[in-house]
Amino acid sequence: MSLNPVAVAIFIALFVFVTLLGFWASRWRRGDMSHLHEWGLGGRRFGTLVTWFLLGGDLYTAYTFVAVPALMFGAGATGFFAVPYTILVYPILFAVFPRLWSVAHKHGYVTAADFVRGRFGSRSLALAVAVTGIVATMPYIALQLVGMEVVIAGLGIPTTLAIGGMVIPEAPLLIAFVVLAAYTYNSGLRAPAMIAVVKDALLYITVLAAVIVIPAELGGYGAIFKAVDPKTLLLGASTPGNLGPQAAYATLGLGSALALLLYPHSVTGLLSSSSRAAVQRNAVILPAYSFALGLIALLGYMAVAAGVKADPAFASGFKAFGNNFAVPALFLKSFPAWFVGVAFAAIAIGALVPAAIMSIACANLFTRNIYKEFVAPAASHARETAVAKIVSLLVKLGALFFIIELPTQYAIQLQLLGGIWIIQTLPSVLLGLYTRKLHPTALLIGWAAGIGAGTAMAWANAFKSSIYALHVFGLTVPCYAALSSLILNLAVAAVLSAVIRTPHADATKAEDYALG
Amino acid sequence: MDRPKKQGFRLSYLLLLLPFAAMLWVPSYNRVEPELAGIPFFYWYQLMWIVLGALILLPVFLGERE
Repeated sequence: MSLNPVAVAIFIALFVFVTLLGFWASRWRRGDMSHLHEWGLGGRRFGTLVTWFLLGGDLYTAYTFVAVPALMFGAGATGFFAVPYTILVYPILFAVFPRLWSVAHKHGYVTAADFVRGRFGSRSLALAVAVTGIVATMPYIALQLVGMEVVIAGLGIPTTLAIGGMVIPEAPLLIAFVVLAAYTYNSGLRAPAMIAVVKDALLYITVLAAVIVIPAELGGYGAIFKAVDPKTLLLGASTPGNLGPQAAYATLGLGSALALLLYPHSVTGLLSSSSRAAVQRNAVILPAYSFALGLIALLGYMAVAAGVKADPAFASGFKAFGNNFAVPALFLKSFPAWFVGVAFAAIAIGALVPAAIMSIACANLFTRNIYKEFVAPAASHARETAVAKIVSLLVKLGALFFIIELPTQYAIQLQLLGGIWIIQTLPSVLLGLYTRKLHPTALLIGWAAGIGAGTAMAWANAFKSSIYALHVFGLTVPCYAALSSLILNLAVAAVLSAVIRTPHADATKAEDYALG
Repeated sequence: MDRPKKQGFRLSYLLLLLPFAAMLWVPSYNRVEPELAGIPFFYWYQLMWIVLGALILLPVFLGERE
């Protein structure tokens, strides 16, 4: 692809701007940065609006904005499951997570594993929750890089840099990530919170322009939907013996919604808000991003109607990135160069925000629930924060290595497994917010059963799909493996809790969960 | 500030089940007709539920604040 100078100039200017913002952020609502809750939770001082930007930038990642329309582009209606998924997240956020905010605020919990440690008095269960969180998040960080890689290639920026005979592969990506690592190290959660405001402004402008300008060029929404293969415009019908793709669609939506808020980066974002009411207000106003996501999903169909795949100008992009190139190609084809710069910057900066928050969340988990719990129980606040900052660097380096050295396919498959794994912490974390009756040993065995069964189902699909067909009384039910393995997990935990009667410690009291 | 809120179950929370009922009953919306401005029912119905889902939370939130 040829270099697009106007787009590149705008792209780089916006990138430099958010970098300065990221470093400056440490001065914003300044706190004692030697405390982990200052560096890793922004001092728990974010009000409703900042939490909205932070969570919006965090939950709706650049990868989502590239992969969802790519799935629509390639597979049709199935890709639209992202919409029911994000609809179902908010009743859960509204009803359940204020309880986590309250108990965490009272006891100074920074991570979900901190809460599990306090609620069930079990170091091993807390360790299981922490490790699951870290392992599920790592490939997610790597995938953010894919979003960035795609737009860098779309701009025609050469990806290898030769300095005096030394050839550096993926140089632009490397530079972007080193910069990201530096200001995350310096400013902690304040950096992505500030950058998220810029990212969201760019994103909403891009989406608004796309849903107005592109359909006008293509002859309206009617023409766009007519261009889609009628066979994939709706989900396949169910037959008497098989519930078919509709069951897969529903279970994917529900399972993904249950899993999303359990991810460490979601918990970090929620716990950084200044009040319980801010969490609930966000459940009401965050759907604005869902609407943007729904419109972005439709970009996949616009790319079909625009015929980007047959266009020789984009052949090399599709060859390198598959359908993930559909949206960048659509923008290149439909927008003037300067606006391509804005739109691509929205995607690339949209990758920085979640990558920063995810690495901070992993660092919090490692520091609180592994380092302090098992390695250095006497570590000071300052020591704890120093460890977290270094871990946040290592996590990003790991993700970078992953994406440069290994095929992207591995990151995608691991992220798919990550969803199946993280949902197995639901009984300990979410049910733990309501009841102490479940036994930590039972929860741990249930967790292991869920991880084992879920992984086996994904393995049976050669890690290509997370939909596994269950056979129930002669009826075939294609089901998201995260959901079916969670049901097994819950059953094991409930049955064993009825059997194991030894009492367990509980540092929390019933009223802690309702404090406002 | 640190005053415990009223405990117990609120009836208004049942409203939160509506989005689940609507979205998980896929056969109710897996069709093309009626179209809206050229957009098949499957798509505009689910987009509409994003807005409805947020609106449903509003009375529950305000009820809790009182």
